[in-house]
Amino acid sequence: MKRIIAILLAALMVASLCACGSKGTDGKDASSFKIGIITLHDENSTYDKNFLDAVQRAKKNLNLTDEQVIIKTNVDESSACYEAAVDMADRGCSVVFADSFGHESYMAQAAEKYPDVQFCHATGTTAHTANLKNLHNAFASIYEGRFMAGVAAGMKLNEMIDAGTITAEQAVIGYVGAYTYAEVISGYTSFFLGARSICPSATMKVQFTGSWYDETAEKEAATTLMNQGCVLISQHADSMGAPTACEAAGVPNISYNGSTVDACPNTFIVSTYIDWTPYFEYIIKCAMEGNAIDTDWVGTIDTGSVCMTDVNEKAAAPGTVEKLKEIKDGLMKGSINVFDTAAFTVGGEKLTSYLADVDTDPDYTPDTEVIIDGIFKESEKRSAPYFDLRIDGIECLNEEY
Amino acid sequence: MHKSHVREPRVHLVKRDGLPWWKAWLIRIVAVVLALIVCGIITLLVTGKNPISVYATMVDGCFGTARRTWNLFQNLAILLCISLAVTPAFRMRFWNTGAEGQVLMGCLATAACMILLGGRLSQGALFAVMIVTSIVTSAIWAVIPAIFRAKWNTNETLFTLMMNYIAIQIVSYFTYVWSVPKGSGQIGLINSATQAGWMPSIGGHDYLINIIIVAVLTVVIYIYLRNTKHGYEISVVGESQSTARYIGISVPKVIIRTLLLSGAICGIAGLLIVSGTDHTLTRSMVGGRGFTAIMVSWMAKFNPMSMVLTSFIIVFLQKGASEISTIYGLNSSFSDILTGIIIFFIIGCEFFINYRIRINAKGEKE
Repeated sequence: MKRIIAILLAALMVASLCACGSKGTDGKDASSFKIGIITLHDENSTYDKNFLDAVQRAKKNLNLTDEQVIIKTNVDESSACYEAAVDMADRGCSVVFADSFGHESYMAQAAEKYPDVQFCHATGTTAHTANLKNLHNAFASIYEGRFMAGVAAGMKLNEMIDAGTITAEQAVIGYVGAYTYAEVISGYTSFFLGARSICPSATMKVQFTGSWYDETAEKEAATTLMNQGCVLISQHADSMGAPTACEAAGVPNISYNGSTVDACPNTFIVSTYIDWTPYFEYIIKCAMEGNAIDTDWVGTIDTGSVCMTDVNEKAAAPGTVEKLKEIKDGLMKGSINVFDTAAFTVGGEKLTSYLADVDTDPDYTPDTEVIIDGIFKESEKRSAPYFDLRIDGIECLNEEY
Repeated sequence: MHKSHVREPRVHLVKRDGLPWWKAWLIRIVAVVLALIVCGIITLLVTGKNPISVYATMVDGCFGTARRTWNLFQNLAILLCISLAVTPAFRMRFWNTGAEGQVLMGCLATAACMILLGGRLSQGALFAVMIVTSIVTSAIWAVIPAIFRAKWNTNETLFTLMMNYIAIQIVSYFTYVWSVPKGSGQIGLINSATQAGWMPSIGGHDYLINIIIVAVLTVVIYIYLRNTKHGYEISVVGESQSTARYIGISVPKVIIRTLLLSGAICGIAGLLIVSGTDHTLTRSMVGGRGFTAIMVSWMAKFNPMSMVLTSFIIVFLQKGASEISTIYGLNSSFSDILTGIIIFFIIGCEFFINYRIRINAKGEKE
């Protein structure tokens, strides 16, 4: 016991040596505004880096100081997220944002605890059913970005067919996906529909990794797909596994979350990504001015949320830049609809009606009609994707892993 | 031709015959102070920040608000619980590196009960089932390598380590099966509406029950290891298996019994993590604490009471480090560097407690 008392005394002495800084006072003017940001990893993950970079841009655009933006990185999808969120509220944040899907239920817990603080969450699905005024979901119509990325892929496939490197039947795309739920399914389907709108003979194979960040698994999945005859690869997972595997094999790659041209100068074609800056600026302004934040906010091409990186002319088919501009205009004007039911079939049938599981529940109950006027209306009933149909032309290699 | 005189090295290491406790602790305190000074210099050189305010930030991150203090003690309780689990085996020199997986299996068992039985049983019955299944599941997971070691003398370090990966994959599978929404690999809060199977909060403090359970467990294990026949047998097996056999202790029996105990405590840790804290199941929820616990136990020389202190040091450093990266916008690698330096000094000072350095005078050299 004596030892413990001795060391506790020592610890106390060390602690008392350190003078604690004083806390700022609470006020409601703009200079006392604070926002808290919670991320799952740090800037070493492409996914989190995308958010952290956007925070810095929003901070600069709105002239916020370092003290006004509190960032906690490496926050697990556990009670650690709840603790981080309520701690942000204790620090005087009027808005707290978390970036990872698994943070959501802990953000809801925090929202219940602090009804006067706004809790915003990217990619989540439950804000519209949670009965909490201060819990908000956000996403972007990234399926439109994926569609454009798919168009670039289709042009590359056509180039290969025209050059005689592959036959029309050999236009097989490989796709590395993280999990088998709507966010990923909506992504690969929109990508495929974009490719097939340009190259009608295109088909696709999807290999899942069961993880959002597993470099080895993503690399292996890409290699498996290439060995199965896939001549172009894209991915929805957060490591450099698939792009670097493509560069090593000389197979063209459509990336995600941002440009990978530095690591893959010969194979990177283009990448779509969500720019979260408009959303951060939106929630900061709302909180500062006391306006309500949308329960479900969907960023679009129009809001500047759905973006394409520069096209790598070295790997892309000629004319890609012009074509992408044309498609982008079409998407913005509404003359192109990604999930037009005329463009795909399920089990050989064209769909006229589909109930999606929009209100998330453990039994996956289908609850909302989402096909209206022949178009599957993605991200309208809630911000996060709910397109989870398995359309013809796409083969999932390991869905039951 | 050379003259045959023995060249003695200038520096001699002499084993100490046991230091008075206050001297040993003086050395440890000096080590911590030195570590803080080295960290301060590195902080100043690398980042240009004032080291004193960096330390103040660490303290603030741990004790700045009542909530942070509760959170610190909650984390301490879980780490201490896992450290208590590995300790009996370590005293026996059974190197169980599988606490991570053993705790994870306890988490899985607890979560399974909450998901499958939540709403079907009364809260009391559900708790009874959760406690039994989590303890039994983890105990089974721990005893498998123990049986192999006791019967066929397999290497327990590798065996228990490999069992971690199996546990992680099993949990991955179930997070997929039970995921909401379908296929997302995320379960989210289990029974968030009914709170079925959630540990009750005492006096409005969610974590108090965890802390009390681990505090009681610490005392029980301390007494078990120190004052019972079982505890004595563990020490004897650890000292020498031949001696144990000679005085009629069945070594396989002690190994299996001790690992059942280790596993059972891991099961309690799993229960506290799922039912008392996170209310979900993920494959990373033990978060490496199964390995950190080894260090906690070792630094405390396998004494449960000292482990309160060593786990406090580790948790304080982790919490403080994360506060540094929040306040100063430094990458988390920087706080890892500070933690590494401090742990290095703490472990390194044990050398000076066990050995004395004697520097020979020049004249003695002949």
